[in-house]
Formats: sequence, C-alpha cells, structure tokens
Amino acid sequence: MTAARAAGVRAAGWGWRHAGRRAWAVRELDLDIAPGERVLLLGASGSGKSTLLAALAGVLGGADEGEERGALLVDGRRPEEQRGRIGLVLQDPDAQQVLARVGDDVAFGLENLGVPRDELWRRVQDALDAVGLAVPLRRSSAELSGGQKQRLALAGVIAMRPGLLLLDEPTANLDPHGVAEVREAVERVADDTGATVLVVEHRVEVWQDFATRVIVLGGDGELQADGDPARVLVERADELAAAGVWLPGRRVLDEPSQRPVGAPLLTAHALAVGHGRTPVASGLSLTLGAGEAVVVTGPNGSGKSTTALTLGGLLRPLGGEVAAAPALAGDAGPAPIAWSSRQLLTRIGSVFQNPEHQLLAASVRGELAVGPRALGLPDAEVASRVEELLARLRLDPLADANPYTLSGGQKRRLTVGTALATRPQLLLLDEPTFGQDAVTWAELVLLLRELADAGDAILAVSHDPELARALGAREWPLAAREAAAR
Amino acid sequence: MSLLPALRTGALARVNPVTKLGCALLVAFTLLATVDWVSAAVAAVLETAVLAATRLPWRTVLPRLAPLGVAALLAGITTTLYGVPAGRVWWHWGVVEITDGSIAFAVATALRIAAIGVPSVVLFLTIDPTELADGLAQLVRLPARFVIGALAALRLVGLFFDDWRALELARRARGVADRGRVRRWAGLVFALLVLAIRRGSKLATAMEARGFGAPGPRSWARPSTLGRPDAAAAAIGIAIAALAVIVSVATGSWHWVVS
Repeated sequence: MTAARAAGVRAAGWGWRHAGRRAWAVRELDLDIAPGERVLLLGASGSGKSTLLAALAGVLGGADEGEERGALLVDGRRPEEQRGRIGLVLQDPDAQQVLARVGDDVAFGLENLGVPRDELWRRVQDALDAVGLAVPLRRSSAELSGGQKQRLALAGVIAMRPGLLLLDEPTANLDPHGVAEVREAVERVADDTGATVLVVEHRVEVWQDFATRVIVLGGDGELQADGDPARVLVERADELAAAGVWLPGRRVLDEPSQRPVGAPLLTAHALAVGHGRTPVASGLSLTLGAGEAVVVTGPNGSGKSTTALTLGGLLRPLGGEVAAAPALAGDAGPAPIAWSSRQLLTRIGSVFQNPEHQLLAASVRGELAVGPRALGLPDAEVASRVEELLARLRLDPLADANPYTLSGGQKRRLTVGTALATRPQLLLLDEPTFGQDAVTWAELVLLLRELADAGDAILAVSHDPELARALGAREWPLAAREAAAR
Repeated sequence: MSLLPALRTGALARVNPVTKLGCALLVAFTLLATVDWVSAAVAAVLETAVLAATRLPWRTVLPRLAPLGVAALLAGITTTLYGVPAGRVWWHWGVVEITDGSIAFAVATALRIAAIGVPSVVLFLTIDPTELADGLAQLVRLPARFVIGALAALRLVGLFFDDWRALELARRARGVADRGRVRRWAGLVFALLVLAIRRGSKLATAMEARGFGAPGPRSWARPSTLGRPDAAAAAIGIAIAALAVIVSVATGSWHWVVS
C-alpha cells in the first residue's frame, strides 16, 4: 500500500442535536487529534459516538437532519468537502456493499474519484491484499462470511487511500473468528498507510493494544476522559465503569447462584430448521426446563437465528418436532407453530436479531403497550407494565421518541422490553446484549436473571462470552453449516 | 435470498447487454405495429431457430418461459371467445361468439406474446445488471448518477424478500397477527416501505461516504465495448424484424394497429 498523508482532526465547541430531539447528542466538544494517532472512542450507549463519527465522515446530513454548533474540521476543512480523504466502515456488514461482485465493489469508490482504469485495478488488488481477503474479484459479495464482508468494506475504503479511517463498531456483528480477522486487517492497514484511525467500540479488550489514545464521551454528550490508554483505563477505571465503559478484566456482574432446573417447558427432538425447504441446521435436540437459561453459540451462518425462530413457534420445523409441555402450553396444543399469535404472547416471547423488524408503534411507550393491549389487559395494568419497563430498561427519557430514532443499543433494549411486557414463560432472544454499554448490559442481564429465578426459561443466541457466564447459562453450540448438536 | 445471477454460458454471454436490449426492443416494436398472425409467426420461428443455436442451459431457461406460455394461451382463449366477431360464426352463446375473425385474432395475439416475450425473457436471463448499467452509462450515455443509483437499489430488492419474511414472523411474535388478512397486509406493506426507505438512505450514506456524487469526472472500472458479437447480434435482430415485415406485407396480411 502506498501511504496517504495522514489527516488531523479538530473540534472546537462542536455539537449536534438531531432534528426533533431536545437533548444534544454531542455538545461542547473540544478535541485535537494529530495525524497518525490511533484513537479508541468510548462512551455509554447513546452518548453520541456514532453521531461524531458520521459527522467526521461528512454524512450527517444538512440542516433538515439536525442543528450544528461550533466547528468540526479535518485537515482544517469541512469533512463534506473531502470525499476520499475520509473513510468510514459501519457495523452492519450487509449495509455497505454497493455492487454485487467483490472487485467491482472495491472499485466503486475509485470510480467516483475518477482514478484511471489501470491504476484503479492495481489499487483494488492492493486493498484486497492489505485486508487479507484472497477471493476472486468476480466472487459475489453475498457469498462472503460476516468477517469477510467487513474486510471487503474496509478494502473499499482503504483503496481510496484515506488519511482518516473511521470505524463504527466494525466487529460488533461478528463471531469471535470474524472479530480477530477484522482486528488484524485494521492493524495491518494502519501500519501500512500510517492513516489516522478512530474506532468506536464497546469492547475495550479488542482494541486496547492497538490504540495510542482513548477518548471517552460522557452520557450527556460531553468529553469525559482523554489520554493514553494505559493511564486513562486504569486511573479513571471507576468513573469509566460507572459511565458504562467495558473495561478489560473487570467483571460487570458476578456469577449467579446455582438455580434448580424445574420441569421441562419445551423440548426439541431431531429438529431440522430452515427458511425455505433446505435445512440450515438439523439433528437438533434440546430440553428447556423452568428456570433454565441456555446460550446458543456457533459461527455466523450456523443456523442459530433460524433455530430460535423455529423453537419460538414462528417457523415450521422442516423435520423432527418442537413440543411444549402442558406447563407451558396450557389450554393450547403441544405444537407452538399451531398457536395463535395471541396465544404465543403469554407463552413464548421472541426478540429478533434486527430490532427494526419488530417495531410497530410511533412512540417507545406505545411500542411497549402493543403486547399487553393485544392481550386485552385493562388500561391501568397496561400503563403500570409499560412504566415499570421504561424505568428498568432506562428508556424513560425517550418514552415519547419514535422507536426508529433510537440508537442501536436502545432499540434492542426496547424490543426486549416489548417481549417482557406480556410476561411469557419462555423468552427467546437473538443477540440481546448487542450494542449495550456495561451499565445497560448489567441491567438487562439482571432482568433476565430475575425471570429465570422466578421459573421462566431463557434461550439466547449470542456471541457475547460474558452473557452465558453472567446468566449462569448452559451453552448449546451449533456447528458450522452441517449442524450436529447434542 | 437475492436476485438470480445472470446465465453466463453460450454465445449470448459475449454480446453487450445494450445490444441485447436494443434487439429485444426492435423486435417488440416491430411486432406491436401490426396485428396480423404472419409477422408474429415468422418472428417466432426465426427466434426459436436462433435461440436453439445459442446453446443456453435449457433446463434452467424453460421453466422461466412457462409463465409466458400460460399468458399466451390465456390471451388466445379469451380473444377466441370475446374477440371482435367477423366471418363465419362457429359458436354463439350470450356475449361469447367464436368466429373466423376472433380465431385468427387469437392466434395472432398468442403468437405475438410468444414472439415478443421469448427473446425478452431469454435475453434478460443472460444480462448481468452491473454490465447493463456499465453499458447504459458508457454507450447510451445515460446520467451515471441515475444508472448507478438504480443498480445499487436493485441489490436491495433481494433484501426486501428477507425483510418481508421477517416482518411477517415479527408480527406473529408481537401478538398482532390474528387480525384480518387485509389489515395485516396493509400493516406489512407500510412497514416494508419504512424499512425500504431506511435501507435506501443507509445505502445512500454508504455510497456518499465513498465519494458517490463527488464533483469531478468519474472513471469506469469496466469498459463497456461493442465488438463482432454485437454486430452479429444486431444483424440477426434486424433480420428477424425485417423478414417478419417483408413476409407479412408480401402475403398481404400486414395490418397496422392504428389505421
């Protein structure tokens, strides 16, 4: 890789308020980042980290999208004026490909910059080499794994030779193998190009050796700490922990006491699951008892989400069976897939991987009320359940906000809340802790623990190694593709 | 799930998508100018001969042509029963009247659907969207912003199928799937629209962050060129259209749609 001139960043009293919000997402930010620095940007869920990154990438939008104050400059100029000098990689591996084939997608940014064809394809190959993605240029990007897709996104960005590389939770959606792949690729690129790097991430341990500086944004969008990683992370540890920053080696919650496992609620036998006719996983057997917690693990694409949907009575099993014990089924039949939508509510609650698929209402409060209303509960009961969840999930300041405008972590807490509102006996959660800071994470896990203590069963699909430990859960690993389970 | 990949076998793979599009349009417009059965039959026979020579994987292609056959048959039957009566009457029952005229018109309609539909379907099965966009922007000189934007949006279509499925399941999980079918559909369509807009704006952001719409000239990674295969394809397309017209006029059956 040919080195690009590294870019410097300066913020002077900078702030941003999203249209329709009372609070500022980021405010009064004063910051100087020298060319070549590697910054780890930390902060609580909803503290404005992604907003800052989007602003630095020049994609925050104009006056319709919100109100800006102060100045935010890259190399002394506004970010919008410097396409190609600033590269942005986002957390969702599927949201960043523009063209269908690997080579074409990397070439896209170079075409926009008007790079001549010969040089363009050289730079495409260099970029793919730099991120260690050794696949044919004509390979369809849809066939790549999560870690490969993120490295493809990184290649598309670095091919443009940016002086500033912005990474917004680039490893959050990945399995541990993918995390390592992307982490390595970023380090190699930074070493090769010398570019300034700004990473937003909840998990400090992944990036702490890489970063030369740590910047922490407080819950109210102000600068809370700034300095050398070793010093900041140690000296201000308590303060950072209280603000929800994940610190390496620090346990947020202790292991719970041993819970007795009660009578079985749901069993799966020789289960095959899939969306179409071809199973993505088969031969799955599981017994979930009252008060039991299970964490489903396995690489991206091993059928974890599909399994959860099938256990939850949402997808028809392609083979084998899912059977609810009378203790769970009550007056409904044994097969959850045959239950009505309303019957599911008090029996099995499902929280999807993409929270946006589950949003129905125009406000956070309304969203939490949907389930209880569908059950026909009296207004007073609906209101008391909603208020309790708003407080427990720390969503009360956002009660009247449109659910779509919440941050990723807040949306996820909201959809967990919507499932809890109808008090199902069995809760199935797909990546429930994704995007949570340490404080909201602990609140969520404690809530789940209480449910298990009260005799409910919990099954969570998760890449989060801490979750199983803190829930006192048993692990249920699914193997890659050709699945064999216990 | 995503859109079908283009077929890349046979002689058609070497023809520029723009040429294929041009040929399909030329034959279609020629056949739409007249309502006789002779021109449609000539075109259909010639097309079948040409396509048979391109060695496409017919096992993949034929099932895709099936809906076209059904459409041609249905259109033929309806026209037979309800077409403008003329000549000898074979059968009459209420508004249904089968006559020489309606039969001739039905045959012409069914043949026309086949003659326009078959090459369109086959050509589009062999067109790669990225290559078509390259051709439309570089050869036809359509605005790059428009063409590339449409191409990127096309990639999202595959995701919409996944979204629709997930939205249906999510509604069941939220306890609101027992309502009437119409209300449920309306809700789903609206939710899909919201998601589509969000996906679209996210993609637009990703594209913008990578310099899309930046001032200054754009370069093209994949040159879109025309060569011998294109000349041959164009010649065949023109020949089919011309022969259909000549035979039709020579046999006195040409009949302008608007006259």
